[in-house]
Amino acid sequence: MTPAQRRWVFGVAVAGLAAFYLWGLSGLPGFGNYPGPYGFVILHLAVKQTFATGIVSAVNFEYRGFDTVGEEFILFTAAAGTAVVLRVLRGERERSAVDEAADRDVPPTSGAVRMVALLFTGPVVVVGWWLTSHAQTNPSGGFQGGVVLATALILVYLAGEFLVFNRFSPVALTDAVEALGAGGFAAIGVAAVPLGLAYLSNYLPLGQFAGAVSSSGTIALISFFVGLEVGAAFILITGELLEQTLLIRQGDG
Amino acid sequence: MTVAVHTPYTVPIGFMDALQITVLILVAAGATAVVLIRRPVHQVLALSVYGVLLAVLFLVFQAPDVTLSEITVGAVALPVILLLTLAKIRKREE
Repeated sequence: MTPAQRRWVFGVAVAGLAAFYLWGLSGLPGFGNYPGPYGFVILHLAVKQTFATGIVSAVNFEYRGFDTVGEEFILFTAAAGTAVVLRVLRGERERSAVDEAADRDVPPTSGAVRMVALLFTGPVVVVGWWLTSHAQTNPSGGFQGGVVLATALILVYLAGEFLVFNRFSPVALTDAVEALGAGGFAAIGVAAVPLGLAYLSNYLPLGQFAGAVSSSGTIALISFFVGLEVGAAFILITGELLEQTLLIRQGDG
Repeated sequence: MTVAVHTPYTVPIGFMDALQITVLILVAAGATAVVLIRRPVHQVLALSVYGVLLAVLFLVFQAPDVTLSEITVGAVALPVILLLTLAKIRKREE
């Protein structure tokens, strides 16, 4: 195919795409005009039904909880996949985590990086925990909280070394926490079935006030398990990548 | 200034419009910058800044939940993963 022909094909494709795109755009509702009924219905019912004032969490962990279980296992699978793909391959060897050449100077982490990382670690843990435990009251939830909690460990790595990262999050422990998080979510859902309710029904007491941290029944609990799952999965993925970067070398051991 | 409900946090509608348009332009500029920057490490840093811009966009369009997700994923998780991958590739090239 000559360049001129290729340009023709490209031109036709772009014109077609533009036509369909504009046609689609012209059919959209006006900016800020929500047409569907579900948003309004949920806004009217959610707080009364679930006692959760974080309505997005109520939707995520209750009204469409089944979708969220699926998303949860997408991440679970991604972490497992990363671990499989990034294992030590034939023709590669794992270096010891301690520097081998004692006479060579490793470029030290700068003092500024260390200090900022150390200063932020504590607050980041608090924020992560707060997000994970307040899904039911305000915008937040286990997904965001979990990633923030994992970020705290990345800060530990920045402040210290890979060895410290490994000590704070041994793979066996992180694996177990991830399984607990994913399994916990699924188990909360299954526990509704023997009670004669549908999978993932909210069977726990809703509490007395809408918007209290202890209210909303399973929503808060699910958020907690999601936080565990997401945090552990992200730590595992980062750990695998760190190991690839720092420890695994070409050549046999 | 016609606002249905006045709270201590009420922002005049004109101001909100201006803010939304400004942030939309910034997001468009940020996305273009990410595409145009050619050096991978710089690109990742630009991507991280772009993630923050996108988070601000969601915030001014009143979606704080999505803002939090965007900050954690777009501005933190994704750049960390990309930087580590770049470090690995560079090590192999040495």
